[in-house]
Amino acid sequence: MDALMLDGNSVAGLLQEVFSAEMTSTIGTCGNCGSASPVGTDHVFRGAGVVLRCPACDNPLVKIVRTDARIWIGLPGVRVLEVAV
Amino acid sequence: MAGTAVLGRLAWRVADVIDLVPETPRVKTILFNVPDWPGHRAGQHVDIRLTAEDGYQAERSYSIASAPETAHVELTVERLDDGEVSPYLTDELRPGDQIEVRGPVGGYFVWEPSQGGPVLLIAGGSGVVPLMAMIRARAAAGSSVKTRLLFSSRGWDDIIYRDELERLSGNGLSVLHTLTRSQPDGWDGYARRIDAEMLAEVGPSSEEQPLIYVCGPTPFVEAVAEALVHLGHDPRVIKTERFGPTGG
Repeated sequence: MDALMLDGNSVAGLLQEVFSAEMTSTIGTCGNCGSASPVGTDHVFRGAGVVLRCPACDNPLVKIVRTDARIWIGLPGVRVLEVAV
Repeated sequence: MAGTAVLGRLAWRVADVIDLVPETPRVKTILFNVPDWPGHRAGQHVDIRLTAEDGYQAERSYSIASAPETAHVELTVERLDDGEVSPYLTDELRPGDQIEVRGPVGGYFVWEPSQGGPVLLIAGGSGVVPLMAMIRARAAAGSSVKTRLLFSSRGWDDIIYRDELERLSGNGLSVLHTLTRSQPDGWDGYARRIDAEMLAEVGPSSEEQPLIYVCGPTPFVEAVAEALVHLGHDPRVIKTERFGPTGG
């Protein structure tokens, strides 16, 4: 366990900015272990950007790097995102 | 459930600071008037953005402390000594100042009185803030849903919302404190970190199928969630929210 780890709730604003939807209650399925969980439960690590990892297997799901002019969005480990509309 | 996903782009709004209220030596509540505030659900956050004279910007996410029924928006902020944003908010901000906010955001760590209970709320330090929004929403709705708050603080003077929690107790709400570092003379409450034994004593048991909300620093949340699962609570009903020093 990493004391600097947060969870998906802490980046709700950034995620809504990127996806234009409320994402913490969105269900994400991990492309590695197949577990499905609300994005709010993802483990979040901050560095130059933000990395969301699967709470079950630690697989990196989403990477976001934001500058004033651009946002880079990587989805290296997501199989499915199920967004309520 | 009232209020499904909020679709749409987030806009920054300029909010006016109405007042600042000390809660403990390290914690203050800031009251904002946010123009065109769309309303929120208990447990949601707002993002705050500060801009320095040279254009440098810092953003942080804070839980909303006020009930949805309150006209203004309240944030309760703990001062982190090495923080970039929280010392400004607690020490420099004055009534009449303006600040940029966007939100509300989030929807996972939310409770509304219509969801019922029983409800078990477990807070570590300023992790009580979103749980207080739930308790205030419960009171504003006149709800008597069985609700228990187990609240871990360092000492008596560090208990955020102490008087209000005492006032709101009853009508199905019980509040239990544990003081981990120092206790006043004659203290007969808990005086250690939350563990499985304490959670078993406080209840409700897993048979009562409580909705559980845990908020605090990451090590606190990990330890409490692990103990709850050990006691037989379904991991899917344990909602957690972690905050850490990167939130300062």
